[in-house]
Amino acid sequence: MLDADFFRRWMTATAASVEREADRLTALDSPIGDADHGSNLRRGFAAVTATLEKEAPDTPGGVLTVSGRQLISTVGGASGPLYGTLLRRTGKALGDAAEVSEAEFATAFRTGVEAVMTLGGAAPGDKTMIDALLPAVDALGDGFGAARTAAEQGALATTPLQARKGRASYLGERSIGHQDPGATSAALLVAALTEAHGD
Amino acid sequence: MTDTNLVGIVLVSHSAAVAASVAELARGLTGGGTTVRVASAGGAEDGGLGTSAELIAEAAASVDRGAGVAILTDLGSAVLTVKALLAEGDELPDGARLVDAPFVEGAVAAVVTASTGADLAAVEAAAAEAYTYRKV
Repeated sequence: MLDADFFRRWMTATAASVEREADRLTALDSPIGDADHGSNLRRGFAAVTATLEKEAPDTPGGVLTVSGRQLISTVGGASGPLYGTLLRRTGKALGDAAEVSEAEFATAFRTGVEAVMTLGGAAPGDKTMIDALLPAVDALGDGFGAARTAAEQGALATTPLQARKGRASYLGERSIGHQDPGATSAALLVAALTEAHGD
Repeated sequence: MTDTNLVGIVLVSHSAAVAASVAELARGLTGGGTTVRVASAGGAEDGGLGTSAELIAEAAASVDRGAGVAILTDLGSAVLTVKALLAEGDELPDGARLVDAPFVEGAVAAVVTASTGADLAAVEAAAAEAYTYRKV
């Protein structure tokens, strides 16, 4: 079973890996975006960890909804409302249970990913975070390690795609050949699940 | 006419200068004596390019007189942040609505329409109609 502590560790591990990889995310965002993905997410997840230290919600759903709210208010770019919605909707789907099973988390996370698809209007293959998140959700039934691998492969597979969403879409064919920064950060979020789980 | 029965307008852009200028343009084209509340929420909180949920919420609260608030946005994160705030349920005033309209033309149409005392649906329709005006 996964408790509130697990979800706090997930957020902390994500913040640490975003901090580590911020420069790489921004470098990926330079040729096809506006070169702020790393710094925006770093600011957002730093606010998440600071808030969790102060508030420490005692349910999985509480941890995720508070975290999502922080991302919406602090990131400043499109990744804020997108990641914020992902965490909030996942948290709301978990309700106020003190502990949730991995299967319940997988179902709730799918609800969150679907909410992101609705908000941003992105489908698989549009070269967005969805290309990492959806394969991860599909693999979650086989454990966090499988989800991590699926997300990383999904992020790598965005390289040959042409962007159809966001600023990168204005570049048309020139977006081809660059790995999508949003899919890359989404893979970091999924990978942090294995760290929180101690895999 | 008092301003208590007028729809409020919020203009959200990635740029503080763009949001403030469009607000000024819309007010200017409405004519003298208008009491429509128009607030701009441009750029990030540090003044750089971006979208600030806090500035949007403050702007919406500042123009809310109970008759509804029409929110117009430019691109990307401005659209997504407003949608996410509306989905939260308690971040924006009751009757706040994201209006699907071109930013500059829609803002002028919204402010002019609101200044006549029109309700939120009419303001929204006028702003959205700006999409149908072809320039060529």
